[in-house]
Amino acid sequence: MAQSANPTTVTPAITPVPARAIAPWAVFFGVLMLVLLYFVGAEQGATAVISGEAVHEWVHDGRHLLGFPCH
Amino acid sequence: MNSVPIRALLVRGMIAGLLAGALALAVAYFLGESHVDAAIALEESHAHTHTHEHGEELVSRTMQATGGLATGVLVFGVAVGGIAALVFCYALGRIGAFGPRATAALVAGAALLTVYVVPFLKYPANPPAVGDPDTIGQRTGLFFLMIALSVLLAVAAVLGGRRLAQRLGNWNATVAAGAGYVLAIGLAYAFLPSFDEVGADFPATLLWRFRLSTLAVQATLWTAFGLVFGYLTERLLPAGAGGGTAVRPVPHGVGAG
Repeated sequence: MAQSANPTTVTPAITPVPARAIAPWAVFFGVLMLVLLYFVGAEQGATAVISGEAVHEWVHDGRHLLGFPCH
Repeated sequence: MNSVPIRALLVRGMIAGLLAGALALAVAYFLGESHVDAAIALEESHAHTHTHEHGEELVSRTMQATGGLATGVLVFGVAVGGIAALVFCYALGRIGAFGPRATAALVAGAALLTVYVVPFLKYPANPPAVGDPDTIGQRTGLFFLMIALSVLLAVAAVLGGRRLAQRLGNWNATVAAGAGYVLAIGLAYAFLPSFDEVGADFPATLLWRFRLSTLAVQATLWTAFGLVFGYLTERLLPAGAGGGTAVRPVPHGVGAG
């Protein structure tokens, strides 16, 4: 209601970062982060890239307490 | 002042994620571990009827509860911190007249809600001894599907809300977008399969406390991330509109570092 009546608090709007500037970062690091999350959250559970149970057993408690289905 | 430094934001996101992960680790260790231990004790007492062959232990319980837990939670913190920083880069200046600090808080809050709370309400975290090993594939797939649905619907709600804002005004558009999100999530809850795999003799209070502690871990992680990342970005991007009270008069030559 009163927001337009106060010229002193008018602040310059932030210019958005162009999507094409973000894209390479988002693709590369986004994928890298998702791979990390996969190894923490799901590897050697429903699917396995590495055989055995060492990864599963090592992050076992983290998986339970972070809410991932563990076994 | 042409470009927001994406690299600097990404680095700060991972640092904030690491710090938030450390706090979440403390919560997980002091609040959650006792419930994991209690559940494992129950599991072992039923072990003779259960064909859950542990054989010889690959990793001791002590290591699981310390080094293993720390690895899991800290890597999780860094990874989600990095992703949240990239989301922040895109959201900044696009979701309304919010400065860096407020945008960081909104991104963190939205992440807690869409990545954890909404999927959790349908597929809550299970302690050891709860959950049928035969359905782990289905449960894992549906859990990640629920996360993906929740995030995509939230993105759709934000984009839709931005369009509606021109016609309905910010408040009504936000309410409408939120209602649309809730409705769509409700439909997903109704139509996706559920699992009821809690053993009849598993204590209800233990299950409840375990699930609350997982919620506390995530709430700690995202709250800390939002605050720390907001603080770091507010310092990094002083030209921003946010937090007008503490704009520092430092055009150049701070020098005192």
